Amino acid sequence: MIKLLGILLVAIGFGFRVNALVVVLVAGLVTGVSAGFSLRETVTMMGKFFVENRGLILPIVLMLPVVGLLEKHGLQERIAWLMRKTRTATAGKVYWLYQALRGGLSVLGISLGSHAGMVRPLIVPMAEGAARALRAEGAPKGRGELTEGGRERLRAHGAAAENVGNFFSDDILVAVGALLLVKGMLDAAGVPVSLADIKLWSVPTALWVLLVGWWRYRALDRWLAKQKDGGK
Amino acid sequence: MSSGLSLEHFFWLIGVFLAAVAVRIGLNPAHPRRWGSAAFWLLLASTIGAGKILPHELAGWMALAMGALVATKQVAAPDFPARGAGREIRAAQLGNRLLGPILLVPVTAIAGSFVVGSQVALGLGCLAGLAAALWVTKDTPVAPVTEGGRLLELLGWALILPQALAGLGGIFAQAGVGEEVAKIVAASLPVQFPLVAVVAYCAGMALFTILMGNAFAAFPIMTLGIGLPFIVTAHGGNPAIMATLGMLSGYCGTLLTPMAANFNLVPVRLLELKDDFAVIKAQAPFAAAIWIFNVVVMYACVYRF
Repeated sequence: MIKLLGILLVAIGFGFRVNALVVVLVAGLVTGVSAGFSLRETVTMMGKFFVENRGLILPIVLMLPVVGLLEKHGLQERIAWLMRKTRTATAGKVYWLYQALRGGLSVLGISLGSHAGMVRPLIVPMAEGAARALRAEGAPKGRGELTEGGRERLRAHGAAAENVGNFFSDDILVAVGALLLVKGMLDAAGVPVSLADIKLWSVPTALWVLLVGWWRYRALDRWLAKQKDGGK
Repeated sequence: MSSGLSLEHFFWLIGVFLAAVAVRIGLNPAHPRRWGSAAFWLLLASTIGAGKILPHELAGWMALAMGALVATKQVAAPDFPARGAGREIRAAQLGNRLLGPILLVPVTAIAGSFVVGSQVALGLGCLAGLAAALWVTKDTPVAPVTEGGRLLELLGWALILPQALAGLGGIFAQAGVGEEVAKIVAASLPVQFPLVAVVAYCAGMALFTILMGNAFAAFPIMTLGIGLPFIVTAHGGNPAIMATLGMLSGYCGTLLTPMAANFNLVPVRLLELKDDFAVIKAQAPFAAAIWIFNVVVMYACVYRF
C-alpha cells in the first residue's frame, strides 16, 4: 500500500494547485524510495527516463522559432483578415473541420500537426478571426471584441479539437503504437486477436467522436453569440 | 535507410538554441528573474544537447535542480510588449506568403517520413519552415532566436513536464504501483456481474489513465487485472472488442488529466490561457460523451460477437 503514496501526493498536489513540475518530481522521489530503492537509484532512474524522453519536446522547441518569427511579421493578423473575408465561417465550424481533418489524416497514419505547429499559429487565429468577424457584424464600429472569458474558452476548444482529433482514430488503418500494444499484449497473455478486429471495432467510436464534436462546437458558437460585448 | 542524420543531431541543435536563449537572459539586466531563469534554460540545454553522454544520475540531479529553481520561483518570463500596429502593416505587406512556411512544415515532415524516421523528418520540416520564414520576412537570423525565446519563456517549466511525467510513470512501473491498484479495484467491486465487469474495466482504464497520464501505461495493468480474468475468462467476452474499446476509454481519461501535460498543460501556456485547467474543462463533456458511448457499445457487443 505504501507504494501508492506517490499517487496520493500527485492527487493532493494537483488538488491544491501546487506547481505541477514540483509535484511530479517529488512524487517520483517518494515512490522510488518508498518502494525500496535508494535515493541515488531513484535519481538515476529519473535521469534515465528524462533523457530517454527528450523526443517529447523536440516538435515543440523546433517549431517555436518559426512560429515566433512569422507572428512578429503579422501571421495572426493576416489570418484574422482572411477570416473576415470568409463570411460563413464560425469558430465552431473551423474547429469541427480541423478535428475531422486531423482525425481523417491520422486514419491514414499522417500526423498533420500539433499544438505548437498548427493550433497556435493557424487554427486558433482562424477561429478567433471568425468569431470577431461575426461579432463585429451589425455592431457599432470598434465594438464586437471578445470578452476575456470568451477568448479563454474559445482558445481552450482549439486545443481540445487537436487532442480529440488526434486520439480517437489512430487505430483504424495503419498499425501504430496503440494497435500494436493491444495486439502484442493480448498475444503475450495467450488470447490472440487479429489486427482486423481491433481496427473494425475502432470505427464506431471514431464516428461518434465527430458527432460529439459537432455538438460541442455548436454549443461553443451559441455561447459565444450570447456573450456581452467586451470592446473598449 | 540510414542517412547519417539522426535524432541526436536535432538534440544538439535544440541544446544550442536553448543555451543561446539562456545567455541572452543572462545578458539582460532588466529580466525579472535573470540568474534563475538563465540557470534553468542552461540546465535544460545541457540535459537535451548532451543527454546521451551525461551519466543518468547527473541528469537526474539536473532535472531536480530545475524543479528546485521552479519551486523557489526563480524562473519567470518578462512582460513582452505587444506590437499590434506594426504587425498589421507587415501582415498587409506580406499577405498570404506568411502562411507558406507554416504549411511547409507538415508537408516536408510527411514527405520526409518516407525516407527518414518520422521525428527526424519533422525536425527537417521545422528547419525548412524556418528557412522559408526567414526568406519571406527578410529578417535577420537573430530574430528567430529572439522570437522563439519569447515563446519558450512563455512556456517555461511546462515544457519539461512531459519528460518529468515520463520519469514518474517509469518509476511507478518499476515500483509495481499498477498491480496494486488493479488488485484493489478487482477486490472492491462485484465483477461477477457481466455489466459490472464492463463498467469496472472502462472506468478503471479512464481512472488509471488520469492517475498515470498515459493510457498505454494503464492498458496492460487493467487488462490483466480486470479485463481478461472477468470479461473474457469468466463471462466469455470477445477480447478484441474489449481491448479496443477499453483503450478508447483510456483516451477519455487522457482528455481529463493534468498528468498528460503535453496534451493538456503545454497548450495552456502556448495559447496564453489564465486557467491551467481551461483545456481540461473544455474537454470534459467530450470525455463523458465518448466514455459512455464506449461502455454502451462494449456491453452491447462484447458478450455477443
